[in-house]
Amino acid sequence: MAEITLKSLAHTYSANPQSPQDYAIREMNHVWQQGGAYALLGPSGCGKSTLLNIISGLLEPSSGEVLFNGEVVNALTPEARNIAQVFQFPVIYDTMTVYDNLAFPLRNVKTPETRVHERVMEVAEVLELTSQLKRKAKNLTADEKQKVSMGRGLVRDDVSAILFDEPLTVIDPQLKWTLRRKLKEIHQRFQITMVYVTHDQLEASTFADKIAVMYEGQVVQFGTPRELFETPNHTFVGYFIGSPGMNFLDVSARDGVVWAGDTALTVGQGVRDAIEKATSSSIKLGIRPEFIEVHTDPVEDGMPAQVDHAQDLGTYSIVYLTLGGISLKARIEEDQMTPTGKAWLRFPDERLGLYVDEYRVEIDHE
Amino acid sequence: MNKVHNNRAWWLILPMLLLVAFSAVIPLMTVVNYSVQDVFDANTRFFTGTEWFKEMLNDPALQAAVLRQFAFSLTILAIEVPLGIGVALIMPKKGWQASAALILVTMPLLIPWNVVGSIWQIFTRGDIGLMGWSLRELGYGYNITSNPVDAWVTIILMDVWHWTSLIALLCYSGLRSIPDAYYQAARIDRASKWAVFRYIQLPKLTNVLVIGVLLRFMHSFMIYAEPFVLTGGGPGSSTTFLSQSLTTMAIGQQDLGPSAAFSLIYFLIILLVTWVFYTAIMNMQKDNNKGA
Repeated sequence: MAEITLKSLAHTYSANPQSPQDYAIREMNHVWQQGGAYALLGPSGCGKSTLLNIISGLLEPSSGEVLFNGEVVNALTPEARNIAQVFQFPVIYDTMTVYDNLAFPLRNVKTPETRVHERVMEVAEVLELTSQLKRKAKNLTADEKQKVSMGRGLVRDDVSAILFDEPLTVIDPQLKWTLRRKLKEIHQRFQITMVYVTHDQLEASTFADKIAVMYEGQVVQFGTPRELFETPNHTFVGYFIGSPGMNFLDVSARDGVVWAGDTALTVGQGVRDAIEKATSSSIKLGIRPEFIEVHTDPVEDGMPAQVDHAQDLGTYSIVYLTLGGISLKARIEEDQMTPTGKAWLRFPDERLGLYVDEYRVEIDHE
Repeated sequence: MNKVHNNRAWWLILPMLLLVAFSAVIPLMTVVNYSVQDVFDANTRFFTGTEWFKEMLNDPALQAAVLRQFAFSLTILAIEVPLGIGVALIMPKKGWQASAALILVTMPLLIPWNVVGSIWQIFTRGDIGLMGWSLRELGYGYNITSNPVDAWVTIILMDVWHWTSLIALLCYSGLRSIPDAYYQAARIDRASKWAVFRYIQLPKLTNVLVIGVLLRFMHSFMIYAEPFVLTGGGPGSSTTFLSQSLTTMAIGQQDLGPSAAFSLIYFLIILLVTWVFYTAIMNMQKDNNKGA
């Protein structure tokens, strides 16, 4: 069991890195607390697998330190770090039975056979593999194999942490759900630090208490699923979390009015002040599709918009709108009227996020 | 959908049948024909039935040759398979070293059989051969023309030199197909080097090894040119293997009936052994499928 600290960690695969783009992991500091269930979320190629391999010790970082309980482990092998890792594709030992597969990590360190038996039976029960124990691992289905892979991580009760590298990629959607629940259950039962890498926000939020969103080699936000949804720290988080993602409008303030292109936006005093204060040329207003108020009739302070089309998704619909040349998406609940032709929008001030150079800036709503 | 049954489609396999007939069935039938008759000339022949077969099976010289042949094939398999695996394991996996190693390892396979025999014939000569001369200088009275043990060891050495590469190359390709994740998982499971070999590498090599062992068995069981050039079957008949006995009988003595019978027995032995080996391996895997 361990608290894992990453201290000014950076990694590059290039021998002679010139710019930040050459880094798979840009310099970062991060702490994974003991016993937490974490997800590392990000698109393909953002460096999340690299980060995971650095934590497990399969990869040595170009610079910075990895600490387990305050001790630098950079030079330690995965064996010595006592870490368990589950890979994207199930790795099983073909010629062994399920039982022997599960017992393998324990037997490798000469655990007494009675203890091995105890642990294997316990883990097999949790993973519902008890009836399969005598089968050859080779003949299992993909999801059973992946359960065996996970089991080999869980069977060691002294592990520092268990790392999952997109473990449910090969699993059928329905089983995915079951296995995710299983993992959560296991986490609650054994209280082991778990880090779960995925590109699926649903997977991340059902498994993890806290999610680290990675983008271009850095963690852009670390928070609960709710925080990521309500107050994304970075435009990427806004765009990546939620379905559909956050709407962003390039804005500027002129003559006491906030403009998005040629369209004047109706926003509160606080928002306008904040935009006027910003000195950068990259200023964006972000609002989630869920929070845009869509009215079918003119309302006070309503901004007229064109309705392009609506997508009915059963319990809600997504309406595609154009507001002065800017495309927006809004989510309309089942019981609301879906507008056609024209609609009037309102952006509630407290739901607006201001992003200067892609990062969120606090708005003083007085 | 209606499936059309048209039995005229069977005619389509006719060319293949003809080809196989000329390449295999007809020559084999000629041998069968000779094996049950005593042929004097084009017009004089007697039907002998199983007489030649009985004679051949009871011939002590041939029985000795069969035993010698088995001893030879099993010995070279016992050396070449572990050695080949070992070579494959230490071959570099990437960079120019990998290409260089591949070329070096492949080299012996490209040399024609009787050239291999000649190379070793010269190599082992006491006067000008590097190995023969060195051994003599070291004080060992090495002589493959008079000492059967020397002759045997040399022939086995020659075969190992010539053919270990085949096993090594097959295993190398097998090892390359193992995904990295397996090695990473093994490290994380704290597996020893031996455990990695035993539970990851060896199981993944089973298929290529089945092919390798079958090829090497059949090859070595039919070995002819190399020992013929190197020792000529001697000293005495100590390195006379089956194909050489057969050649002597068929070409040297023109005993067509007995040698035809013997050819068939020879063929059936190879067929039987490979069949037994193959079935045994496949059955082992099938049992695995059913689970214990």
